[in-house]
Amino acid sequence: MTVVPEIGQFALILALLMAATQCALPLIGAARGRQTWMELGSSAAQAQFFFVAVAFFCLAYSFITNDFSVLNVASNSNSLLPMNYRFAATWGSHEGSLVLWSLMLALWTVAVTLFSSRLPLEVRARVLGVMGFISVGFLLFMLTTSNPFVRLIPAAVEGKDLNPLLQDPGMIIHPPMLYMGYVGFSVAFAFAVAALIGGRLDATWARWSRPWTLAAWCFLTVGIALGSAWAYYELGWGGWWFWDPVENASFVPWLVGTALIHSLAVSEKRGSFKSWTVLLAISAFSLSLLGTFLVRSGVLTSVHAFATDPKRGVYLLSFLVVVIGGSLALYAWRARRVGLGGKFDLVSRESFLLSNNVLLVVAAASVLLGTLYPIFIDALGLGKLSVGPPYFNAVFVPLTALIAFMMGLGPVARWKRQSLPELAVRLRWAFAASVATALLLPFVIGEWKFKVSLGLLMATWIGTTVVLNLWRRIRVASSEQSIVKRFTSQSRSYYGMELAHMGVAVCIVGVTLVTGYEERQDVRMNVGDTATMAGYVLRFNGVKQVTGPNYTAVRGEVEMSRNGEFVRVMNPEKRSYTTTTESMTEPDIERRFTGDLYVQLGEPVSGGAWSMNIFYKPFVTWIWGGAALMALGGLLALTDRRYRVFGREPRRAAASQADEVKAAPERATATIEES
Amino acid sequence: MTKFFFPLILFIVLAVFLAIGLTRDPRAVPSPLIDKPAPAFALPLLSDPGQRFDSKEMRGQVWLLNAWASWCSPCRAEHPLFVKLSRSGVVPIYGLNYKDEREKALKWLRDLGDPYVATVSDTDGRLAIDYGLYGVPETFVIDRNGVIRYKHTGPITEEALQDKILPLVKELQK
Amino acid sequence: MRRFLLVPALLLLLLWPVAIAAKEAQPLADDPVLELRVMALAENLRCLVCQNETVAGSNSDLAADLRQQIREQMKAGKSDQEINTFMTDRYGDFVLFLPPVKMTTYLLWFGPFLLLAAGFVVQYVYLKRRRDRASEQPLSETEQKRVETLLRDG
Repeated sequence: MTVVPEIGQFALILALLMAATQCALPLIGAARGRQTWMELGSSAAQAQFFFVAVAFFCLAYSFITNDFSVLNVASNSNSLLPMNYRFAATWGSHEGSLVLWSLMLALWTVAVTLFSSRLPLEVRARVLGVMGFISVGFLLFMLTTSNPFVRLIPAAVEGKDLNPLLQDPGMIIHPPMLYMGYVGFSVAFAFAVAALIGGRLDATWARWSRPWTLAAWCFLTVGIALGSAWAYYELGWGGWWFWDPVENASFVPWLVGTALIHSLAVSEKRGSFKSWTVLLAISAFSLSLLGTFLVRSGVLTSVHAFATDPKRGVYLLSFLVVVIGGSLALYAWRARRVGLGGKFDLVSRESFLLSNNVLLVVAAASVLLGTLYPIFIDALGLGKLSVGPPYFNAVFVPLTALIAFMMGLGPVARWKRQSLPELAVRLRWAFAASVATALLLPFVIGEWKFKVSLGLLMATWIGTTVVLNLWRRIRVASSEQSIVKRFTSQSRSYYGMELAHMGVAVCIVGVTLVTGYEERQDVRMNVGDTATMAGYVLRFNGVKQVTGPNYTAVRGEVEMSRNGEFVRVMNPEKRSYTTTTESMTEPDIERRFTGDLYVQLGEPVSGGAWSMNIFYKPFVTWIWGGAALMALGGLLALTDRRYRVFGREPRRAAASQADEVKAAPERATATIEES
Repeated sequence: MTKFFFPLILFIVLAVFLAIGLTRDPRAVPSPLIDKPAPAFALPLLSDPGQRFDSKEMRGQVWLLNAWASWCSPCRAEHPLFVKLSRSGVVPIYGLNYKDEREKALKWLRDLGDPYVATVSDTDGRLAIDYGLYGVPETFVIDRNGVIRYKHTGPITEEALQDKILPLVKELQK
Repeated sequence: MRRFLLVPALLLLLLWPVAIAAKEAQPLADDPVLELRVMALAENLRCLVCQNETVAGSNSDLAADLRQQIREQMKAGKSDQEINTFMTDRYGDFVLFLPPVKMTTYLLWFGPFLLLAAGFVVQYVYLKRRRDRASEQPLSETEQKRVETLLRDG
């Protein structure tokens, strides 16, 4: 029995002290103009990170070395568990995942201390102060209700094992990515609150916030996509989204985060929407926190929910009230000071972006409404209700259609003023091409279905307008430049946007085609029987018993051929883990660009045969491919030269010159407003 | 500028609902059969499959119907309470053996005691579906007119007996 | 007599290899077409013993029993609506993943649409008021030209 868990516990306490210092000193310092206090914020933040990291490593160490004298390790691990899953089990429980949360928060905080040299000291101090407050909340939560280092005396001889569903590479990467996203929105939140406290909210605020928000958004996009991809092959039915409350808890902040990055773009370029953007920045992180509450408090049933304890729910709700209530109260009090910003017409790129925001926020609100509705009805004593996929699909799909429509209009419209007839003229060929493709493509693929056509229309509309926009830009650019130069002179921020929008189109194609054309066969197979699916021929050759590190399995041998040629043997399995009674199915999937062949072993049936479920999922990987493109687009936009922090002072690009000029009428407007 | 207060107000309303939500159990499913006639049945007895028990025989009496199975561990935990209750003779208890094997069920009763006036076998679980059963154990209180007046999901506890079931039974027996 | 038996014997001999060759796997369900309908309905019902799974997807005994019930009722000619009512009579509205449209769910069903309409109305009103309020100071000739060039480039 080592003393490592005690070190970890002590580290958490020290981290809490550092976080409290990081919160109090800079905030008071900024209020009182005390420079040294403000500067101490960074040191306190870095010290906090150090201690949280120590705590994390102590917990991970306990898992890796199978220290079953720690209750958390005994409940979630096992000596037969492979090393990589033993490490991942560090965050496989409620307590452990909170350590991960705190680590991520500390990481983002340190990043802010390292990359904020151009921020005025008071702004940085306030940002760190706000983030410190949140750190305090989580560390205190752990120390009072969810201590991961609680000892088990006498130590267990063997652990209860990690839930077999979590013994998968997905467990190693999905939670960290997801948490980087959730927690990353706290930076935008902190910037917003800092700006409200300081009373200074201008285009530069938006410029500072934007890269942080983009980074968080990229992580969250990847995190959600990974979760979906993991569920697809793990849960055995080839489903990739269930509108489960916990999934929704991550999707709602993502939708608001998307609205936020668009709104920040307008605030940065045009100085408009500032108070709305601030509200979105507060909301995105608030929704992350709400999600944390929903998952850990026991108010909702879900496959993903952690085991609960009423004390935890009460603490989290109180924390929510303080953080969200506090920031919204601050907003209510100070937002009016923020000012109006640039002028623009009823029809302009600004107003299209505003519509985009309205749509995204309504989508987020609808998903949230559906998720929370059962709680409302129960709280009012009106009984118990379920709100499931049929509701969410009915509401979300039409909204997506509207959003897709706007996505074609926004980037092509002019800032400030856009005439509708001109817009229609610009877009007519794109529209015609989209309609034609959407109507004809389903025939080519197989069968014409209305929903497929609609989905394809959305995707082709986005795709054609992206191409159209790029073509116009290249054409309009100075004719002195070579073609190549014209391409490279477009900003990364622009390419990022186009790539991300293409990602959305690709994702929509995936969703549309898999929902429209997926096939399923449930068959009974004797040895030697064949089944055909989508041009593949599957021949069942029986089953074999195999053993893994901590499980035994029945492995099916299925010869798979295509066009008469043997491709490979597929091995769907049914595993029995040594520590649990249920069996887990591991399908075998042949993944191709145009579709997946998904084979799952069922049950033994009469006559020595086995039941098998065979699925064909056309274009399903495009769903996650699209998400990857979105994240790449965000990353590209993030590296735009405006945001370069290292090296020389960034060259005064045309963009910032334009800012100067656009700021001129804005400054004039602002003066008139204030007088 | 009251529009800026709108998000705060919305949040406060939400927080109130969530606070109330914390006091509820999202997995507890209220039965729609309360105050509705208990589904009639005539099923073979566990002790003698040749004979049947018809629920219509119970008209005019208040009785408890307890669903159990030998493979169910919470049933084992609540069983002594039923044994005690049957000895007090306050109310007749009938058993519904859910998706079980006859031999195992009989042995279970031999080992733990048989508080039931009679037990019927629901081997395929069809009657259970009619009663809106979704797990065992579950217990129903049925009145003189054959109407379900109360359903207890999960193993009964001493508190549930004293605070809810027995007072209701006394009330119905008047 | 032997000649009479010759033809069937020959046929049997000819067809024998075909008979013992690996055959096409049979569908698991007795009636695959019905099964599709069963699963479609089961997909919208909650499995009460599992956390948030559907009756179609769950491996539990109760789910299997309920699927059997659905199968039998469909064979007996019951409509989807009748089967759903059968389920809600016994388990309540909680068992349906598609919430019914009742007084208590008006907000749920009409909420998003109302919110969207409200959003656009507010946007329109806000933009109109904003345009009427803000006024610009005129720019100089060169500033105006520069602004136009930059705006054109987006």
